[in-house]
Amino acid sequence: MHNVEPLVALRGITKSFPGILANDRVDFDVYPGEIHALLGENGAGKSTLVKVLYGIHQADTGTIQFGDRAVQIRSPHDARRLGIGMVFQQFTLIPALSVVENVALFLPHLPAVLDHGVIARRIEEVSGRYGLAVDPWAPAWRLSVGEQQKVEILKLLLARSRVLILDEPTRVLVPHEIDGLFRVLAGLREHGYAVVFITHKLPEVLTCADRITVMRGGTVAGTLVRAEATERGLVGLMFGTAWPEEGSSRREPIRESARPLLELREVDTSGDGVSLRQITLTIAPGEIVGVAGVSGNGQRELGDVILGLTQTAGGKKIIHGQDATRWSVDRIRRSGVAFVPEDPLRMLIVPPLSVLENMALADTRKYARHVGLTVDWIAVRRDLEQSTRRLALEMLPPAVPAGTLSGGNVQRLSLVRELSIDPRLIVALYPTRGLDVRGATAARHLLLAMRNRGAGELLISEDLGELFSMSDRLIVLYRGRIVGEARPKDTTVYEIGRLMTGGVAGG
Amino acid sequence: MASAHARIPRHSSARAILRATGLFGLAFVIFAAVLLAAGKDPIRAYRDILSSTLVDRYGFSEVLVKMIPLMLTALAVAIPSRIWLINIGGEGQLYMGALFATWAATYFAALPAWELLPLVAALGFLGGGLWAAISGVMRAYGWVSETISTLLLNYVAILIVSFFVFGPWKDPESANYPQTAEFVAAARLPTFFGTRVHLGLLIALVAFIVYHVVLTRTRWGLEIRAMGGNMEAARRSGIAIGRYVLVLMFIGGGLAGLAGVGEVSAIQGRLRPSLSPGYGYTGFLISWIAGGNPYGIVASALLMAVITAGGDVLQMAHRLPGSVVNILMALMLFVVLARRRVP
Repeated sequence: MHNVEPLVALRGITKSFPGILANDRVDFDVYPGEIHALLGENGAGKSTLVKVLYGIHQADTGTIQFGDRAVQIRSPHDARRLGIGMVFQQFTLIPALSVVENVALFLPHLPAVLDHGVIARRIEEVSGRYGLAVDPWAPAWRLSVGEQQKVEILKLLLARSRVLILDEPTRVLVPHEIDGLFRVLAGLREHGYAVVFITHKLPEVLTCADRITVMRGGTVAGTLVRAEATERGLVGLMFGTAWPEEGSSRREPIRESARPLLELREVDTSGDGVSLRQITLTIAPGEIVGVAGVSGNGQRELGDVILGLTQTAGGKKIIHGQDATRWSVDRIRRSGVAFVPEDPLRMLIVPPLSVLENMALADTRKYARHVGLTVDWIAVRRDLEQSTRRLALEMLPPAVPAGTLSGGNVQRLSLVRELSIDPRLIVALYPTRGLDVRGATAARHLLLAMRNRGAGELLISEDLGELFSMSDRLIVLYRGRIVGEARPKDTTVYEIGRLMTGGVAGG
Repeated sequence: MASAHARIPRHSSARAILRATGLFGLAFVIFAAVLLAAGKDPIRAYRDILSSTLVDRYGFSEVLVKMIPLMLTALAVAIPSRIWLINIGGEGQLYMGALFATWAATYFAALPAWELLPLVAALGFLGGGLWAAISGVMRAYGWVSETISTLLLNYVAILIVSFFVFGPWKDPESANYPQTAEFVAAARLPTFFGTRVHLGLLIALVAFIVYHVVLTRTRWGLEIRAMGGNMEAARRSGIAIGRYVLVLMFIGGGLAGLAGVGEVSAIQGRLRPSLSPGYGYTGFLISWIAGGNPYGIVASALLMAVITAGGDVLQMAHRLPGSVVNILMALMLFVVLARRRVP
């Protein structure tokens, strides 16, 4: 397929961190005019490899060949000078500055006096060519996530990068934005750019990649061209031989008569972000209520209202039959409400504290001894072990700071912690976002198992497949209102999708 | 997977100490240049400072005397800083502590010492604590940043103290001096070894031990560390953040108030408007230098006490204005700020 020389060739890259061999003699080539997907589970070493390429990490051993010469990439600055650019999962735009200013900041050889007009024209020219249309004068805070990503790519293009590294670029995007991104990448390929694209989603790889390198446990499990690759074959490479089982969603009939665990009656909120309007919702024991919606239409606000993080501006919240409208977060949690967040390291886990200390935070009152002068660490440990065993997970090292765990293990810690209280009501906010296939399957299994044991769940997700396979009932949020409600078997993905984007039901 | 590998390299504490020593050495070298420029012999000046503070018995006792309010006001900054509160109000809290203590010492003067002293100390703690709690309340409700309000309340506190010593509490026997009457003997904190070193030293050390134990061993310490490590996660775990803002501000202010108690009850014996030569601000500097670390606070308080005492030496033996040491303190602040690399 390639009769040209690779643009970049990594040879024998080995990189270790205390306790982890993150990359073990990895070879990796990038050719001009190709989209090269880097596929693997969480912790397989993908991020480390591209961080070596981008100069954030220095390899312990191994060489990097750029064109026909060996290079040392000691910093992102070196990488950028060579024409290697990277878009991180966390975008780096400065919210108060406009697109033009954000791009200008990134350009090499920035002149002392900026001509915003010239930069804006360059942005428009390049964005027109590759389908990256954004308003150059818009302040970055006003951009949607998808637009922010476009600006990040534009920054690299205008800085004359030839190798673009995208770290899980689809993670933050909704389906139609993903299609748009793939069109952009295809356009870049036509113009000879090399794109390295990290993901753990198989369909994406098969849709858009020319070549696929699969990593497993820090080594390259195989490199395939698109024509050779099949879903089953890739999974085999990712996981060894075991094919992770997709969740079976066996359903029990809902006990219609049971008293609802949660009732929201015409709840309004006000404040930053989206305001909820007239939300009326019930969750019964043994029921999963799925919340569909394009991100930013009130999902987080809905979760926060239930957890008591946001006060209601109107309406009533009833938990276990009691008026909980003014309850504190602590009181709500102690009544048996658990929270499974999208990004536990930011929302639930305290990085400098140990696994055990994080576990104790589930209910510090319960573990306090002598009115709080000491903490019963033996009980904390016992609960950690018990909950871990019940969820059929591997025990995490209790004394290790949570911030040093891998992403998947942080997610596991958050599940172990939140489900240890045997919650009656679970608020799950994008629980499988960012998880690899196996992790996502395990999380879905857990949520279904909790439901089958009688817990009620609010499942907020953007993955319509997940919502349809897991939910007993679906509601659709649009601009802070519930615009539709249906049982999954009575509706279609198409219908829900239309409601999500502001269409009218039944029309 | 990104987070799995994002290990922050941690400097060993030995290296951190070495680095701090080097930076402070740099501050001393620059100050030596200032002394040279003023026509003084820096080596002799440093030798004199050392021999009259750390080596001399009386001199060392005076260093300890200065360390007491410095340690307490530094703790007043360090404790709220565990949950990212910035308390610049140590000075005002010290004054309010002194004011409340003076009130107790004056109006309950008939009580025996074993009742009066705890009362004086408790009211001093209360005075400083309530003063800081004002800022705590305003912060907990999201009205005013505690950084601003604590700073502004310093001026209010000093003016309130002035009002009382110039007005209702002025001692008629002190001619025109703005000061209250001398405390009765029962309201004077005991001093030790015939020096001015007083019970406050013990109180400060106990405060350090309690601070350390609470933070590392108790349920509340765990919650405080959780808030310090990830405020969002703490909120979602149901920790009552507003309550901690209030309580930690109160405790911090109370400790600064105790510094005020020591000054009026042990050192001055009466309330004067010139109660503190900026102990509250120096305490802030100390806490900042030490990054809130208890051992670091004690070490930095010692250093600052030596420098402050050194000011007197330079004034008396070298005929330099005593405030010349402010240059040295400013240099210390510079090197501390330089320690953190801009990301």
